[in-house]
Amino acid sequence: MSTRTAGWLFAGPALLVIALFFGLPVLAALALSLTDFDIYALADIRNLRFVGIDNYLALLQNPLFWKALGNTFYFVLVGVPLSIAASLGAALLLHAKVAKFRPFFRTALFAPVVTTVVAVAVIWRYLFHTKYGMVNWGLSSLGIEPVDWLGDPHWAMPTIILFAVWKNFGYNMIIFLAGLQAIPEDLYEAARIDGASGWKQFRHVTLPMLGPVLLLVGILTMAGYFQLFAEPYVMTQGGPLQSTVSVLYLMYEEGFKWWNLGNASAVAFLLFAIMTAFTSGLLWLARKRGVE
Amino acid sequence: MNRTLATAIVNGLLLALAALSLFPLVWMLSVSFMQPGAASHFPPPLLPADPTLHNYRELFVRAGMGRYFANSLLISIGVTLVSVLLNTMAGYAFAKLQFAGREKMFRSLLAVMVIPGQVAMMPLFLLLKQMGLVNTYAGAMVPGLAGVFGIFLVRQYARSIPDELLDAARIDGASEWRIYWQVVLPVLKPILVTLAIFSFLGAWNDFMWPLIVLSDQSLQTLPVALASLSREHVQDNELMMAGSVVTVLPVLLLFLSLQRYYMQGLLVGSVKG
Repeated sequence: MSTRTAGWLFAGPALLVIALFFGLPVLAALALSLTDFDIYALADIRNLRFVGIDNYLALLQNPLFWKALGNTFYFVLVGVPLSIAASLGAALLLHAKVAKFRPFFRTALFAPVVTTVVAVAVIWRYLFHTKYGMVNWGLSSLGIEPVDWLGDPHWAMPTIILFAVWKNFGYNMIIFLAGLQAIPEDLYEAARIDGASGWKQFRHVTLPMLGPVLLLVGILTMAGYFQLFAEPYVMTQGGPLQSTVSVLYLMYEEGFKWWNLGNASAVAFLLFAIMTAFTSGLLWLARKRGVE
Repeated sequence: MNRTLATAIVNGLLLALAALSLFPLVWMLSVSFMQPGAASHFPPPLLPADPTLHNYRELFVRAGMGRYFANSLLISIGVTLVSVLLNTMAGYAFAKLQFAGREKMFRSLLAVMVIPGQVAMMPLFLLLKQMGLVNTYAGAMVPGLAGVFGIFLVRQYARSIPDELLDAARIDGASEWRIYWQVVLPVLKPILVTLAIFSFLGAWNDFMWPLIVLSDQSLQTLPVALASLSREHVQDNELMMAGSVVTVLPVLLLFLSLQRYYMQGLLVGSVKG
């Protein structure tokens, strides 16, 4: 057997699995989004009709889609910067020369990342319980009235954002930490000789040197946050007043609660298009500022 | 003095962050040992006044948690075994075996990575329905069986295997398959462990796909069962915390024991990408 055949034989099984269970379905989803596939078609495929871009047009006129999109933007535009700031802050602390017990702190801060979203969301629901929650108890000792965290349309999304930041910041923290360790010490040395203060060193040495890492982290985190689903499913079921319905939550309900699979596929593709637009925007911004 | 102050501030902040990170998990453990109803008080108790295993007994005897645990374990182990095998084979091929269209194929794989998995879910469900795999363990495993990330991880690592080593084995008359098992896999060992942890954690923590494909209650995984339990037992905080412990503890322990490998994979996967 030549290495040429061997190459295909070794790569083959994985490629086949990816093509059959991912590549093919993605293409099929595009086709499906152009049909009215619903529970009748599920029962008998002859009920299926081609509807062109009607699903997309209907979505753009559906107030719930705009609501879900708005909620998802809220989650992404507030959650991603907060997440990244928390990760960077934690990484800077861990990287500080005076930091002690680094391995312990690193593990402790990372622990939430490996936990199961559903399980920790259940914990947070209890922590933020209006009557018995630890958070309201803490606030009451400061003289603040209890807040109906998950029951008030104004507070439900911020609570979910806090949860997401708590759950995820450790991941990017590790990446930032590696980025910080890769910055040559003489750059700081030179800055100090020039009399740069701590903040100026951060602003003119650390941040520019972290540029590419920041860009990468930004793109990955944004992609992840656009896929918000389990948190509202467990903590609020999309409520109150649909204030936490995300785009994927809408897709799940359309597809697997009402079995409008054509419609759900259109939702998925719109989300994908929006994610692509945001990523391109970020890349464009980075290029304009000279980060590569 | 300045340095002492800095030390105090940095370590104080780190301590506060660690407390914030760990408190929900520690409290979950504490509440899970409380008597039913004990946690529904204001102010909420920090430690169980009268510790009990009642909630765990309730979960395993009445709520069928043992079954869900076994389902999760079976699916996660299945995904891990298959995906480690398929991804290492492919990653090795992309790194070390010359074949026509290799670079092109690899580039298109990387391009595929940007498509969110949920786009494929509706047709995948229909496909599995046709194949009779809806409501089966195999159906739940399907999306995790091979992945671009895993292939990429192995490829990065396998590129450091010297060609001389492989050629020497070929001259000795070893078949490609034997070279893979006896020369390549032993070298790849650290990355195998990394890959296995990632696959296992991914499968164990996955929620949306098992929720879709496993509607039969007896096949459900821990996260899916926990989510539906939490909708039924909104008031039973102690029970729900015990359920969270059962779900989270295995992956937390796995991570703690193999942390080095996990972090390594995380960095190869993102920074060098």
